[in-house]
Amino acid sequence: MASAYTPGLLVTESILVKKRRRLPILGEVTVKLGDIVKPHDIVASTYIPGDPDTVNVANHIGVEGDEILEFMLKKKGDKVTKGEVIARKSSFFGLFKSSVESPIDGTVDNISSVTGVVTLRKPAVPVNVPAYIHGRITEIMPREGVVVETPAALIQGIFGVGGETQGALVMVAKKNSDILSGDKLKPEHKGKVVVGGSLVTADALRKASELGIAGIVAGGIIDKDLIEYLGHDIGVAITGAEDIPLTLVLTEGFGQINMADRTFNLLKSLDGKVASINGATQIRAGVMRPEIIVPLEHLVKATERSTESGMIAGTPVRIIREPYFGKLATVHALPPELHVIETGAKVRIMTAKLDSGEIVTIPRANVELIEG
Amino acid sequence: MEQSRKLRSILATDCGSTTTKAILIELVDGVYRLVCRGEAPTTVEAPFEDVTMGARNAVHEIEELMGRTFQDENGIITPQRDDKVGVDIFLSTSSAGGGLQMMVAGVVKQMSAESAERAALGAGAIVMDVIAINDGRLPYQKIQRIRQLRPDMILVSGGIDGGTITHVVELAELISAAEPRPRLGIGFNLPVIYAGNKDARLHIENTLGEKTDLRVVDNLRPVLEREMLGPAREEIHNLFMEHVMAQAPGYNKLMSWTEVPIMPTPGAVGKMIETVAAQKNMTVVGVDIGGATTDVFSVFADTFNRTVSANLGMSYSICNVMLESGLDNIMRWMPFDIDAADLRNRIRNKMIRPTTIPQTMQELVIEQAIAREALRLAFEHHKSLAIGLRGVQVQRDIAEAFEQSGSGATLVDLMGLGMIVGSGGVLSHAPRRVQSALMMLDAFVPEGITELAVDSIFMMPQLGVLSSVNAEAAQQVFDRDCLIRLGTAIAPVGQAKEGDECVTVKLTTSKGKTIEHKAVYGSMHLISLEEDETADLVARPARGFDLGKGKGHEVQAKILGGVVGVIIDARGRCPLGLPADKNKRIAKLVEWYKALDAYPMDILQKYLG
Repeated sequence: MASAYTPGLLVTESILVKKRRRLPILGEVTVKLGDIVKPHDIVASTYIPGDPDTVNVANHIGVEGDEILEFMLKKKGDKVTKGEVIARKSSFFGLFKSSVESPIDGTVDNISSVTGVVTLRKPAVPVNVPAYIHGRITEIMPREGVVVETPAALIQGIFGVGGETQGALVMVAKKNSDILSGDKLKPEHKGKVVVGGSLVTADALRKASELGIAGIVAGGIIDKDLIEYLGHDIGVAITGAEDIPLTLVLTEGFGQINMADRTFNLLKSLDGKVASINGATQIRAGVMRPEIIVPLEHLVKATERSTESGMIAGTPVRIIREPYFGKLATVHALPPELHVIETGAKVRIMTAKLDSGEIVTIPRANVELIEG
Repeated sequence: MEQSRKLRSILATDCGSTTTKAILIELVDGVYRLVCRGEAPTTVEAPFEDVTMGARNAVHEIEELMGRTFQDENGIITPQRDDKVGVDIFLSTSSAGGGLQMMVAGVVKQMSAESAERAALGAGAIVMDVIAINDGRLPYQKIQRIRQLRPDMILVSGGIDGGTITHVVELAELISAAEPRPRLGIGFNLPVIYAGNKDARLHIENTLGEKTDLRVVDNLRPVLEREMLGPAREEIHNLFMEHVMAQAPGYNKLMSWTEVPIMPTPGAVGKMIETVAAQKNMTVVGVDIGGATTDVFSVFADTFNRTVSANLGMSYSICNVMLESGLDNIMRWMPFDIDAADLRNRIRNKMIRPTTIPQTMQELVIEQAIAREALRLAFEHHKSLAIGLRGVQVQRDIAEAFEQSGSGATLVDLMGLGMIVGSGGVLSHAPRRVQSALMMLDAFVPEGITELAVDSIFMMPQLGVLSSVNAEAAQQVFDRDCLIRLGTAIAPVGQAKEGDECVTVKLTTSKGKTIEHKAVYGSMHLISLEEDETADLVARPARGFDLGKGKGHEVQAKILGGVVGVIIDARGRCPLGLPADKNKRIAKLVEWYKALDAYPMDILQKYLG
């Protein structure tokens, strides 16, 4: 039987999820191997040097750079407070004085006798890395971070915005074609992850922000609505650091597109369970897709993700390009020879059976598996 | 280094962001030819995290196709043992894991900072930001920016040798204050290359020596009138190997397989373009349009330039093309009406599903319209950076003074441009080759007589690194197997009324045929001239039109044929004659597409409405 490899998004009720939690610079790991951690538990922490500020002392007191040392009241490494005088120059027997005050609380980081610039540094800023998911510490990377592992239900979205957050899943949609509009969101959804159907509207995003909803999962969004909500356009597919109060995960794409049955039904079965979600998307080397992780209540053995996936007749697929964009189908046949499609390109194709029963021809590159 | 070494077989890989491509080149009847190619997904990222797996898989594909063995448990078998086992040399380039990402700093934005940027780009880097004393940002803003970015390395320049040291030390102090961290290797110091005033070296070492992995090389602008980018570029390549590659998963192993340093992919492509320009003694523009970035390379007036538009591409960055060009500019290339909201959603869906291909003619036209704009913007960017040295006093004659040319003017001379080489999926895999030719004509708007070609399977990176070992082999494969000659474009510069006489072209082909064609302003024509043919061209531009010898002056040249042929582009130039009125524009596009047989009109017709 013919089969073919095609990429797909993972939608599964049980898989071993491993999350690497790393510090941006070296620091301390605060948990031990085998520890069970909750999403908000800190697993590693460090201090990032505080923001520096520069003062051109030489200019302020009217001397050359190589002369400033004799006018400095502070040495490298000294603590300073905002408004404290750090350099002073007297002339005409003390008649005229000019002084320089520190603009910040911090320490003297550098005194340059070339440029006459003094660098002051604010106190170091603590950085804590939380576990993000409920699970067990299975690997310690000394001074760098840990790996947290848990069997979980995992749903990968296609695109998202907003960073890591947690909340209980709430199914607001009754059907996968339902539209998630603002009137469907209630104050009791605060702190939760709301699941809609085929589309999330602009007013739903606004209202969700007002209500303090942690996250939204939906099939699609109208391009303009997202840009309006974000307040800026998206140029390249790298997201996750937006300054927005909620995390949005789209399972299908841009436009109104029914959420795939499999995704919708799995989310429905997880209604009420706490999910860790992340909208971060990066479509380049090291593709990163948004995710919804629901750790299983009991840490039971689950399978690791297979690195191979294939298509055979009967495999459910999603068509991801016009003219059938967004439609769900099953593989009908996978002819091995190249076919000339409408554009004139010679490509590998498949025939797919749409829900309507119609059989259509599609380039293999234009479908994705709904992996399980 | 090994120019004289006779190689029987060469295996080369290019580890790209998504795909690792391997090619096998062999000496066949005294000539180097591409014998076989293979590819496999790149394996830098989890769960594999070992680049050699992808390289092995790509090589394995060739092994299977050829029924030979090139690798064992230690890596690639070199030298070639017999007809079945091993190759004489293995080479590799890499852009996996985001390529080489750099930040550059210089004292004056238009001078040393610009030179530093050219050095970094020429070495194959993506320049994340250019910091300069006079860049308009306050010191704390510059420090914030340096902290925010995590480049692979920083190149610092500034001051001529013997000049003032204060400003360049100030730059070093900004970098020191920021305590920048490298992108890869959590416990390592960030590499910083200092290529500025030599008198400031001691101060730079005092400022950055402890906090960074500081390397000092010769000043890249020792005097105002001279740019010396070689030493800085060489150090960038060294650090790319020592630091960036050494930190990337599996690269130590890959490096042990090859006796020649691994080159950053764009650096290798640039080297190939330089080699071609030198050997053909012509000015060349090369472009590689990818999913995330578009690289443009040029050699004008013996000066090589490369720019990378990091956010102009056909998938990952496709929405940025829409953002920068505007939807109207994309839509102007489509001979049909389409709902703007629908088009925006389609473009966004291409961004999030980058591997899809156009299935309908309408989708193909949309994709090629976006490509035109990405190419146009990338070329604009290139023109702005491929310039003569600024800050130099130039003696001008009266004519130059009136033209306002000289210091800081772009080196890109469209009339003098001899050849455009396109590569990247949208150009290399267009269903009809004439579509690639048209995209390049519309985006680059070359003037006069220009050869057009595409890289068949994007093997310029491997050929670039090969050229450092055996230039002859690289050139032979480039000519015979890499380049697909599309043909020659004849584009008179000038403006007239629609339908006015523009140019008369007379071709006497190498097969003895004579073809004469009169083109009116606003039209396009295609004359068949096969790939193996040449023709003696006599072109007489109408009054007001220039083909390189002045308005109305006849031009004679020997031109090459190609899979497309000779295109007479009588649409004028500056600007290209696209009507503003929508209906007229659509009619014009249809006329041009018909004239060039660019699309099957029976199919396109159903989308024209």
